[in-house]
This record gives sequence, C-alpha cells and structure tokens, in this order.
Amino acid sequence: MRDRSLFRRLVIGVVFFWITVFVFFPNLLVVITSFLKRDPIRFVENAFTLESYVNLFDPVFFQIFIKSFKNALVATLVCLVMSYPFAYLLCRVPRRMRRYLLVLVIIPFWTSSLIRTYALVILLKGNGILNTLLLATGVIHQPLQILYTEGAVFCGLVYTLLPFMILPLYAAIEKLDPLLVEAAYDLGAGRVHVFTQVILPLTLPGIIAGCILVFLPALGLFYIPDLLGGAKSMLLGNFIRDQFLTARNWPFGAAASVILTMVMGVMLYAYYRSLKRFNASVME
Amino acid sequence: MSRAVVQLQHITKTYDGLAAVDDLSLEVFAGEFLTLLGPSGCGKTTILRLIAGFEAPDRGDIRIDDVRVNALPPNRRDVNTVFQSYALFPHMNVFDNVAFGLKLKGLQRNAVAERVRDVLEMVQLGGMETRRVTQLSGGQQQRVAFARAVVNEPLVLLLDEPLSALDYRLRKEMQLELKRLHRQLGITFIFVTHDQEEAITMSDRIIVMNQGRVEQSGSPKQIYEEPANLFVARFVGEINTFDGSVEAAGADWLTVRIHGTDFRLVNKRGFRSGDPVKVLLRPEDLQIQKTEPADGKPSLAGAVEELIYKGSTVDVIVRLTDGKPVYVTEFFNENAAYIFYERGQKVWLRWIDRWEVVLPDA
Ligand SMILES: Nc1ncnc2c1ncn2[C@@H]1O[C@H](COP(=O)(O)OP(=O)(O)OP(=O)(O)O)[C@@H](O)[C@H]1O
Ligand SMILES: [Mg+2]
Repeated sequence: MRDRSLFRRLVIGVVFFWITVFVFFPNLLVVITSFLKRDPIRFVENAFTLESYVNLFDPVFFQIFIKSFKNALVATLVCLVMSYPFAYLLCRVPRRMRRYLLVLVIIPFWTSSLIRTYALVILLKGNGILNTLLLATGVIHQPLQILYTEGAVFCGLVYTLLPFMILPLYAAIEKLDPLLVEAAYDLGAGRVHVFTQVILPLTLPGIIAGCILVFLPALGLFYIPDLLGGAKSMLLGNFIRDQFLTARNWPFGAAASVILTMVMGVMLYAYYRSLKRFNASVME
Repeated sequence: MSRAVVQLQHITKTYDGLAAVDDLSLEVFAGEFLTLLGPSGCGKTTILRLIAGFEAPDRGDIRIDDVRVNALPPNRRDVNTVFQSYALFPHMNVFDNVAFGLKLKGLQRNAVAERVRDVLEMVQLGGMETRRVTQLSGGQQQRVAFARAVVNEPLVLLLDEPLSALDYRLRKEMQLELKRLHRQLGITFIFVTHDQEEAITMSDRIIVMNQGRVEQSGSPKQIYEEPANLFVARFVGEINTFDGSVEAAGADWLTVRIHGTDFRLVNKRGFRSGDPVKVLLRPEDLQIQKTEPADGKPSLAGAVEELIYKGSTVDVIVRLTDGKPVYVTEFFNENAAYIFYERGQKVWLRWIDRWEVVLPDA
C-alpha cells in the first residue's frame, strides 16, 4: 500500500517536473517576452510594452494571419475529403487486409517529416522525378513548374498531415454500428440520406478530431511552406520563425506565437465542449 | 386461404460454401402471425435478411406482394424490421427515431407529428417524444423500435427475436402486447425466436427450422401435438421417446412392443410389421397409477425416482424396471390437490388412447 502510493507520487512528480520545466516555463518565457521591448542587440529590453500586440494589427501581419488560416483550412478540407472515403473503405475490407492498410498509413511516421519534405522537393523540382517521368512518357514537353508554388505547399501539407485525419476518422467509423446503417435503409432511406442523417452525424467526433489534428499543425508547420513554397509563401509558422532568427524581433514573434496558441486553445476548448455534448447525447 | 404476401421459392443462401438457407420454400399469408422457430444458427435471421433485402439469395426467388424483389434494395421494399438489438439512432430523440421513415416519404410536418403521436400512444410511450433513446429502459427502447417500424405501415413486419433482451416478466408482458398490436394493426408479422414457448403462445402458424430447412409448418397445436418428425418433437417442448418395434399391423391399427409390453396404437403412417418405431409421449400426457391396473390394459412399470415441485405442477421422474427414466408432469387440480409419492415407490404408467405419436425410427 505504502509502496504503491510512493510509486504514484514518484510518477506524478516526474511528470509534473517535466511539464513545469519543458512546457510551462518555456511558454511563460514566450508570454513574458511578448510584453517586452525589442532590443536589436540583446534581443529584448527589460521594459513592459504592448507594442508587439499593437503591431499585430499591422495589415501585413493580418494578411499573413488570414492567408495562413485559409491555407490551413483548405489543406484540412482536402485531407478530410480524401480521408473519409479511405477510412470508410478501411472499415469495410476484411480484417487481415485492414491491418496491412493501416500499417501503410502509419509507415510515414517512421521517418522525420522534414526528411520526407526534402524527398518531396526531389520529386517535384524542375528536373525532379515527376517531371522526368512525365517528359519521358511524352505526357508533357517541357518541365512543369510545380515546386515553389502554392500547389506544392498544399501537396506537402496534405501529404504530411493525411494520417492525422485518417486515423481518427477510422476510429470513429469503426465504432459505427453497421446495424444503424441497415436500419436507415430498412426505413426507406437512400444512400444520400443514410450518409447525411446517420453516418455523418455519428462519425462527427472523428471528423472534428481529425480536422483539429490537421488544422493546428497546418497553421504552424514552417518548413513545408519554406521548402516547397519558396520565399513567396509567407505563412504564420515561418513568419514567427523569421521574427526570431532573421528579423531578430523576439517580442513580435512571441506575440504572434501567443496569439496562435490562444486560437488553438479556443478551438480545442470548443472541441472538448462539443465532444462532451455529443457524448452526453449518444452515450448512456 | 388468403393471399400470399411473401413467397420464398427454393431459396439457397451460402456463406463460405456452407448453406445457411438450403433450398427453402415458404409462403406467408396476409395478416398472419408467422413464427420461425429453430435452434441457434439454423438460418432464421438469414431468412429475415433475405426478405428485408440485406442479403441476396444465391438461388431462388423472393416475391413480395407477387412481385419478384431479388434485385430490389431494402429501402424500396415495403417491409420493415424490428432489430434484435433495436438499432435505434442514438443521436436522435424518440420522436425523430419514429419519424425517420415518414419524413423520408415526404409527409407534411403536421401529418408526421400526428402519426408519430398516434403510434407512440399505441405503444404506450405517449409524451416521451423528446426523450433521448439512450435514456430509455430496455422495454421502452423495444417499443420505440416497434413504433419506428410500424409507423410506416409496411406490408410485412419482420421481428428478429425482439424480446430476447428483456427479462422474463417484461417478455411475457410484451408477448401479450405484441399480440394485441398485431390484431389492432392487421399487419403481417414474421417473428423469429428460438423459444418454443414464445412461439406457441404468440403465433397463428409456426415454421420449425433446422439447418436451413423447414422441418414442419403448422398451427401451434399441430406442431406440439402432431410433430412431423423427431427433431420437431424434441425441439418443441419436453417429450419422452420410447424405442419400439411393430409386432403386428393392420390398416388403421398396430401393436407396438415398448420395453417388453405390447400396446395397441393407431396406425396413421402405414407402418408394417417389423418396422422399428419411436413412440413419443409428452410428460403431461402420461398418468401415474399407484397400483397395477386391474383392467388388463397394458402399462409400463417403474419406480419413482425424483419429485420436482414446479408451483402449479409436479414433475416426477419414474425409472422403468429396465432403467429408462421417464418424465411425467402432474397437475394440481381438485381431484389431485395433493400429489404425493415416495421415492422408490412402485408405480405404473399409461396414457389416454391416441395421445401418443408414433414416428419411424430413422
Ligand atoms: N454474414 C455471415 N457470414 C458468414 N456466415 C454467416 C453470416 N451470417 C450468418 N452466417 C451463418 O449462417 C448460419 C445461419 O445464421 P443465422 O444468423 O441465420 O442463424 P439464426 O437462426 O438467426 O441463429 P440465432 O438464433 O443464433 O440468431 C450460421 O451458421 C451462421 O454462422
Ligand atoms: Mg438470429
């Protein structure tokens, strides 16, 4: 009994220590930094100011913000539209096959996504594999400019984040009782009605979870727009990175980061609330 | 006989090479309460799924209302199902569950509301419209599932063991209620159960199935009193089976030797001298005598081995002199308000003429 409570305290203590040192303090530093004055040499000056937050209302930043949201939203929708049918079919194939397919979804996690993004560069660049292949087969006659376009950025975002959409969708669809689908057909519903009135509402938690898991990283991932979009594509993630590393405006970068974190926090809270409501209505 | 609303014609359905339904034909008549009765895995659910349209037969035709429906999807068949697990939509309240089918038919809002209210009233769930289905008791969910199906006024209602999840008392109550609703609605019911007692209490007609085939079709009385074969006899209620051999036979009589005693019985199946037979007797058809019958009529001698008190009846196990146990049920009534036997007491068994069933020993 004593041993167990000691062990429990130890485990909780370690976790608590970990979170304090590696999560709480760094974030606290970011928040504090965002309220300090910029100093070109020592990075920050020990003086309180709201300047950084005021600067966020600069139309340039505002546009980056909007564009990042738009991009993340589009990437999320593309992921959703691609993943839903896939996850649905995954639940319908025989069990053995399902395992292999799931492994295929997970395999990309075994390699760093940074390296996989470089791999995409090799695939997409002017004299890359894709163009070479298309030229060789005579589909096109001069290389396509794919790399350093918006399209390449979407391609990279969708490619990297797709599993984060597929897995929660799969989990939600797998839980769906096939008898409910049959009951809907039995009562006279056609395919469209069965989907919109039974399948979709009952897999909504998976859809929301997947969207959040894709949307939030899509906002922050800076190396994908960097590597695939070139200099043209300034998004929130690389904007913040640049404030720290290039522009040397730590307070401004910190303020942007705080805003981003707050937006994510609000979305997670909304998800949590909607899930609680859903559970209250569906579970006993 | 009235019109056949559902016809299965030589239906075969196999799963992985095994026949779940094997060259089965049956007709369901308008307005009847038909029960499919059989042991687990005999293909009852498969038949309902074939009629509902969730499965397609490998061979044979399904006709509903005289139209071949083999290729018609479930949503276009005039048939509704009450699922064993109810399959209520958990994200909808009682009203939306029941209204689901009506809304799809494009009925006016008011008309939908009115129909739903009437049906809920009928299944005694009036005023429960806004309750979440997950907050209902098993019996209430059962009623919602029933209401959701009958509100569409289908030609045929399919019920797959709808009562099996309920406790004993509620089940008895719902049996009566389903009977009442069947009469009230006039819809044809195809009811599935593996509980013979339930089948007998509820049905107009019972089809006893085994391994994807029909063993017997008939009224509950016929099934119980005149089983067509040993399977039906044993499946529908307790029964004693005696091995016998035909000693002599005429056109309408035969003499069967059972445990060394000759009985003169009715020859309904053209048995001939020398045929091995099984003589079947229900426990309640046997009578126990405490003294050897003096009228010279045959009886089976044995000794009381066990008495099991059942409330309104007493089950007596009698062991015949050659060791075979026989089950006898005695009812308490005014001349036997008090049934008493001692263990080991010598007794003689006989039965009323013609109450036996004689089947070939296959
Ligand atoms: N989808 C399926 N895939 C493979 N085999 C199946 C399938 N559905 C049914 N079977 C098999 O077909 C046979 C008949 O099954 P069915 O469900 O119709 O039996 P049942 O009479 O309803 O039994 P129970 O009383 O247990 O519900 C069983 O042997 C079952 O294993
Ligand atoms: Mg079944």
